Amino acid sequence: MTAPERNAGATEHPSTGQLSAHSASAATARAADVLLEARRIGKRFGGLQALDGVSITVRRGEIYGLIGPNGAGKTTLFNCLTGLYSHDAGEFRFDGAALDTGSPDRVARSGIARTFQNIRLFGAMSVLDNVMVGRHSRTRGGVFGAILRTAGTRAEESAIRNRALDLLGYVGLQERADEQARTLPYGDQRRLEIARALATDPQLLALDEPAAGMNAAETNALRALIERIRADGVTVLLIEHDVKLVMGLCDRVAVLDFGVRIAEDVPAVIQRNAEVIRAYLGAGDD
Amino acid sequence: MDIFLQQVINGLVLGSVYALVALGYTMVYGILGLINFAHGDVVMVGAFTGLALLKALLAAGTGLPIALAGAALGAVLACGLLGVAIERIAYRPLRHAPRLAPLITAIGVSILIQYVAAILWSKQYLALPAAFTPATWQIGGASVTDLQVLIVLLAGVLMAALLWLIHGTKLGCAMRATEQNAEVAGLMGINTNRVIAATFLIGSALAALAGIMVLLYYGVAHYFMGFMLGLKAFTAAVLGGIGSVPGAMLGGLMLGLIESLASGYIGDFTGGVFGSNYRDVFAFIVLILVLVLRPAGLLGKAQGERA
Repeated sequence: MTAPERNAGATEHPSTGQLSAHSASAATARAADVLLEARRIGKRFGGLQALDGVSITVRRGEIYGLIGPNGAGKTTLFNCLTGLYSHDAGEFRFDGAALDTGSPDRVARSGIARTFQNIRLFGAMSVLDNVMVGRHSRTRGGVFGAILRTAGTRAEESAIRNRALDLLGYVGLQERADEQARTLPYGDQRRLEIARALATDPQLLALDEPAAGMNAAETNALRALIERIRADGVTVLLIEHDVKLVMGLCDRVAVLDFGVRIAEDVPAVIQRNAEVIRAYLGAGDD
Repeated sequence: MDIFLQQVINGLVLGSVYALVALGYTMVYGILGLINFAHGDVVMVGAFTGLALLKALLAAGTGLPIALAGAALGAVLACGLLGVAIERIAYRPLRHAPRLAPLITAIGVSILIQYVAAILWSKQYLALPAAFTPATWQIGGASVTDLQVLIVLLAGVLMAALLWLIHGTKLGCAMRATEQNAEVAGLMGINTNRVIAATFLIGSALAALAGIMVLLYYGVAHYFMGFMLGLKAFTAAVLGGIGSVPGAMLGGLMLGLIESLASGYIGDFTGGVFGSNYRDVFAFIVLILVLVLRPAGLLGKAQGERA
């Protein structure tokens, strides 16, 4: 299966199968490069300190896992990162600069895309339309272009469509392009969310429990998809409850517990970390 | 038979105007969950600016078709700006406020626009220049004017264009996505504030043209004309299923036909006790019946996630 090129308008690597302009080899060469850095992020909801000085460092080209018990603050961190919540303390740095998390669309334009724990597709729209929506941040045509039908607008709209079809092929949903999104089976809806997120040409793809509710076969397919996305140059930040999946897939893992990051390391070390074991099994349980 | 045909023709004309105004209500409701009660007054501003421009252009010796086109263009621009300004000033700061707050603001904006118009253009009924006497044709015992044909055709073209905009363009795609989930649309890189502003711009432009149609059809403009027209168009939107664009079109046409036929026959049915001056009552009977029997409207979806 051939991965689509980055931009149907400006051809860059038509044959290398790159999802992103960052080639896999470049990603390896700069493996120690930091793509995303959360610096002492704090978020309080009334009396609950949901995030308490959380810092994580995601390197370019890696699959980075974020785990922790229910209510540890994983999704809250995602929501702060993607501009859905405003954090009270700390800052995010992305791709070498401070990240403006003032509004979700600016975060998307900076190169961060995400999926949701509870699937949030545009249910009444077609599968193809869902992915085409994701192309908006990467194309220009405005209100007046749309009304006046300039040649540029028309060419752009057909480029958006082609790119969206390519992405559906990439996640294996091309046959379902014209179906209504809400009629898809559960596993396909999850893959559609990933295709929609990839349509924004992200440097960082943030997946919130992508394997939730999937059976073993679907989880294996998902795992292969995530590895392919990384191989194509997109850094992956993954929240997941399936510990086996996380330990097998991630290069490095951070553990949150009650809004505090209690560990950040490679999976082998995380699995032996006493504090992590206590967080998962309960205090005084050893 | 000729009364029936005549009332159907009148109803189609009236319904076309209702449909154009109802679209503004339904698009804004779909995207913000807000009833923009100032929308009827945007129609009124369209009629007044159209009238002022028409008089000025005719006085300058412009031919009638060009004067009409100029007046329509000016009214569309003025109302488009007004609609965008209303959203920016009155609704956007209240985007996350409890639902009652923007509703009250909407009523405040409506009253404000009415009285600013009264100050600008007087509280009198302002009449069209005498130049307008539409040509009349006889069809099967009913009479049709060229103006009526023009109104129905123009409304049809505008509605077709709107459907194409919503389903065939990138902006429409962004509008549908924002309508379904503004938060996620934002995460997909859509500037939802701009999409919402575009929605107000389009709805208000349609309202401006509806205002000019009303002005030409009835020959007068009045600062309070938007109130009843707005309520009826809102009823049409509810009848079709508020939030549904095809619903607003269908609801508008149906309401126009119902009102026209009912007021044409009410005298016969009641032995002359009630006359066609009770015409306004039918729209609100329809509103009550829809809300009681089928709150989602004819083409509306059952309410899902939206609170």
